[in-house]
Amino acid sequence: MHCAVLQFPGSNCDNDALVALRSFQGITAKLVWHQETSLNGFDAIILPGGFSYGDYLRCGAIARFSPIMKALRQAADEGKLILGICNGFQILCEAGFLPGTLIRNRKLLFRCESVILRVEENETPFTNKCTPGQLLRLRIAHGEGCYTADEKTLKELEEYHQILFRYCDNQGELTTAANPNGSMENIAGICNRQRNIVGLMPHPERACEALLGGTDGRFVFESMLSSFAGKEN
Amino acid sequence: MKARVTIMPQAAVLDPAGVATAQAIEHLGINGVRSVRIGKSIDLDIEGATQEQLHQICRDLLSNPVIEDYHLEILS
Repeated sequence: MHCAVLQFPGSNCDNDALVALRSFQGITAKLVWHQETSLNGFDAIILPGGFSYGDYLRCGAIARFSPIMKALRQAADEGKLILGICNGFQILCEAGFLPGTLIRNRKLLFRCESVILRVEENETPFTNKCTPGQLLRLRIAHGEGCYTADEKTLKELEEYHQILFRYCDNQGELTTAANPNGSMENIAGICNRQRNIVGLMPHPERACEALLGGTDGRFVFESMLSSFAGKEN
Repeated sequence: MKARVTIMPQAAVLDPAGVATAQAIEHLGINGVRSVRIGKSIDLDIEGATQEQLHQICRDLLSNPVIEDYHLEILS
């Protein structure tokens, strides 16, 4: 599976994503600068975390107009796998690839810590290696991660099983205390209806080495790899 | 054409910065704060822009219709 890691001015988790991806047998990964206009030859595209364009206007608002975004739209329509992490999630929402948006954390704090996620759906290309209800421990690092959408959108997300991850406590309970940013319905990650585009605030690429505090992020990339292999065969 | 765009969070959307500022006003010793909402004001000067183009800029770039409303004021 050939992965592109998009690089916007201000991306800062691009190299982390690259290193994490390259630790999987069967994945190759390459950085792609935002001025590029083609994603031909790639099977999956990662939008990494960071502060694209200094978060000016709103997080992700300006990256949306980068030349590479047209190619991303085409890749999305072709059914390629697209994963937006943190700022990448914000960009996907701003660009209309995913519904809703991410606003300032409810308590205004920049939260940099470990969180526990409950896997809500495992029939997606990004979670098929997880069991339903499985708990994953991942890191977050964001000031604007409070997922917000209108009532109709929230209802549709539920109806079409698009909520993949929710913040929970270590028993899997969706408590307010376990919600680090005030996200509606404890939402940490969602997908589109076609299930080939996912955005999440926590960083799976930072949880791919036992030495660095955990390997739960590997489930996400292994799922993508397995889904891709399934398509190939 | 010169224009001023005011962008405000929609009434139903949580504005944590506004809430924190409301608390700060109380700490200043002034009670009775009913609401504080924080938005932004953007001045534009664009040669030959039509009103429709200005609205497009507001809609597609300056504001996010999921959480914000904008008001466009033509200055000259």
